[in-house]
Amino acid sequence: MVPEMGHFALALALALALVQSVLPLIGVAKKNLLWMGSTRATSVGQLLFVALAFASLMWSFVVSDFTVLNVAENSHSLKPLLFKVAGTWGSHEGSLLLWVLILVVFGASVSLFGSNIPEAVKARTLSVQAWISVGFLSFLLLTSNPFERVFPPPPDGRDLNPLLQDVGLAMHPPLLYFGYVGFSIVFSFAVAALLEGRIDAAWARWVRPWTLAAWMSLTAGIALGSWWAYYELGWGGWWFWDPVENVSFMPWLLGTALLHSAIVTEKRDAFKSWTILLAILTFSLSLLGTFIVRSGLLTSVHAFAVDPERGLYILMLLGISICGSLALYAWRAPMMEGGGLFKPISRESGLMLNNLILAAATGSVLVGTLYPLFLEAVTGEKVSVGPPFFNITFVPIMLPLIFIMGIGPFLSWKRSDFKGVLQRLKFVAVLTVLATLAAWYFISGGPVLGYVSIFFSVWLFLATVREWALRIRLFELPMATALRRAKGLPRAAHGMTLAHVGLSIAMFGFIGSSIWKSEEIAFVEPGSVVSIAGFEVTFNGVERVRGPNYFAERGSLSVKKDGKLVTTLFPERRNYPVAQSSTTESAIRSTLAGDLYASISEPSSKKARESGQWTLRILYEPLVNLIWVGSLILFLGGGVSLSDRRLRVGAPRPAVKDAQAVPAE
Amino acid sequence: MARLLASLPFFIALFLGIFFLWGLNPDRDPNEIPSVLIAQPVPEFQLEAIEGLSVPGLARSDLVNASQPIVVNVFASWCVPCRAEHRVLTDLVEREGIRLFGINYKDQPADAVRWLSELGNPYERIGSDLTGRAGIEWGISGVPETFIVGETGTVLYRYVGPIIGDEAVRKIGTVLKQAGAFASE
Repeated sequence: MVPEMGHFALALALALALVQSVLPLIGVAKKNLLWMGSTRATSVGQLLFVALAFASLMWSFVVSDFTVLNVAENSHSLKPLLFKVAGTWGSHEGSLLLWVLILVVFGASVSLFGSNIPEAVKARTLSVQAWISVGFLSFLLLTSNPFERVFPPPPDGRDLNPLLQDVGLAMHPPLLYFGYVGFSIVFSFAVAALLEGRIDAAWARWVRPWTLAAWMSLTAGIALGSWWAYYELGWGGWWFWDPVENVSFMPWLLGTALLHSAIVTEKRDAFKSWTILLAILTFSLSLLGTFIVRSGLLTSVHAFAVDPERGLYILMLLGISICGSLALYAWRAPMMEGGGLFKPISRESGLMLNNLILAAATGSVLVGTLYPLFLEAVTGEKVSVGPPFFNITFVPIMLPLIFIMGIGPFLSWKRSDFKGVLQRLKFVAVLTVLATLAAWYFISGGPVLGYVSIFFSVWLFLATVREWALRIRLFELPMATALRRAKGLPRAAHGMTLAHVGLSIAMFGFIGSSIWKSEEIAFVEPGSVVSIAGFEVTFNGVERVRGPNYFAERGSLSVKKDGKLVTTLFPERRNYPVAQSSTTESAIRSTLAGDLYASISEPSSKKARESGQWTLRILYEPLVNLIWVGSLILFLGGGVSLSDRRLRVGAPRPAVKDAQAVPAE
Repeated sequence: MARLLASLPFFIALFLGIFFLWGLNPDRDPNEIPSVLIAQPVPEFQLEAIEGLSVPGLARSDLVNASQPIVVNVFASWCVPCRAEHRVLTDLVEREGIRLFGINYKDQPADAVRWLSELGNPYERIGSDLTGRAGIEWGISGVPETFIVGETGTVLYRYVGPIIGDEAVRKIGTVLKQAGAFASE
């Protein structure tokens, strides 16, 4: 009964979505307020029905109802409850249902919390959102019904892919989806504006909180994904430029560009058609991600079971939504220009550069990701594009952005006094040069690119802090006054400072762990010493230990620095007799300065094994934790910005008394 | 001019769409990486039997002087997809009468023995490639991988990844039929 109820609820949600995709638009055309207002009922109704369907599927998983095909294929009665629940979105069908659930959550939130948005705009936006709902609900019902029954039911399930049985991986998709799908509402706002043929500062203000929310989730999703790959899975790295990672990263890059260009639209009434284009493209890239993951178009570690029929259906959805919205854009965008003029040296120019660089970086990731497909289509040759490509394209494109990020916030709108800006940055520049020289002196060795990157990161950090200090006149005015000024600053300004500082901190992590990473592999026997990155690691031998459902051979390593014992590491080689599998449990000593990562394995030659030798692998990744610390600060920056009262009540910012001395926000 | 510029994203999207449509062709498999060994004689290699197993080892000479095309499957007990593929291979041996040889890639003999005694052994010969040397000779990119070798010891076909799902089984079946590997024919 429950699965049928879920199936039925999905059908009802589709019916509501169909109504919502037409009725409000007619309402707008006829100026019928009642019809425009129908979105409130239909969007909340959609949410209720889809949530019911999702709950039904989850229930089937929790009670292990193997008459449901999806449960039989992706669950097992003996699986821990958490993974039964996570199994709900472990399959293609279930994850698509989660996708749709988040889609309708955003639709319903706009209708419930968007009280500052005019009825007509809201009606159009939610109508567009309903078109997306119709597309994906019909996709679910027609090609990927999660509630399909199987007869006779199998005695037990086939179990979830063991790789996915990890707490981290269970939570990773929902967060990512929240970001991905969150951009749908921004897309809907953009298409609604194109339908209306008008966009103004108010539009940018309505869109901003939704963009920020989606961007924050995506930031968190990507950062956690890389954290899990690094710590839990022990993949020995935090980013692999795998196609599926790339398709989540591209919406993030463009979403970041959108966040910034929307500011210009809001404050200066410029960049209008560009902002609209970014809104469309950001969601298009999210859709592209959904398509690539589910169609088997590219080869990846993340791919779902491949089915060409489904791929075709998503491609059709993609074609309609992306080409449709871009055609609308081609028709309407030329009418929307105008707005504020600005000089080459101004806040607008800085943000334009930011957007150009982010767009170019997105382009380079897109080309690298799709290149194997292009090449195969044109020449039939098969290749894979790996990290080297992205290191020589993406990194050099992004480095200048880090540099202008330091200057941008000092520039004022319209026309900036460049000399004055340079004057204010002089001190920062000197400090940055000194810091880089100091780094060079202390580290010595490593490529030039490493030091260039250090220079840019230090620059970004110091310039951002300096800008914030100038704004509140820290050290110029008495401390109490400065703090009062800090309180008076709009939260969006604090948010920007935090986010930029977060990125600069994460940069140190990227640089340290990719450029100054060191690795040693050695055959060891008790008493052997391996030196790495200033540590002396002594192998004390191996003992057999017993775990709850495994046996392990546990190595013991004494780690010394400058002759003093720092820690003892216990990497394990585990053998699970029931599951008939062995795993390697690496041991990590994690500090802000860097991670020491050790793992052991039996040597392959029999002779070495008999003489008690082991293969020891030790990695030192300097500063790697700063990546996640920085990402967290980046995320918090978004949160602080989201809490700005302008976004909450749409009220103008209270004027700061001596605005003259401070660059405009 | 402005109109042209505004239409640019549309045309780029359309252009990409055409590639995607092409990429969806069901006969196309991004995992299918052509092997330089195709139409070449099998490489030189000689592998000992797995310790503690009564199945003989595997060498080049076993493949060159065979009376029937042979399926050579590279597997390991530590490889999760191999577990799924094992059922399919067993079916091919039991129902279709194909000859299946195995290369046990970088696997501890004890683990391999346990794995085979649990799941059953469809392999006629298994070479234990502890060092991965034979894997290099065969040019494998991961485990599992499957090769089809003709009677004269020529490599006819290579499949990367587990043979699971209708699509993969159909593909392997077609190649085997062409090579005349099915006992019933």
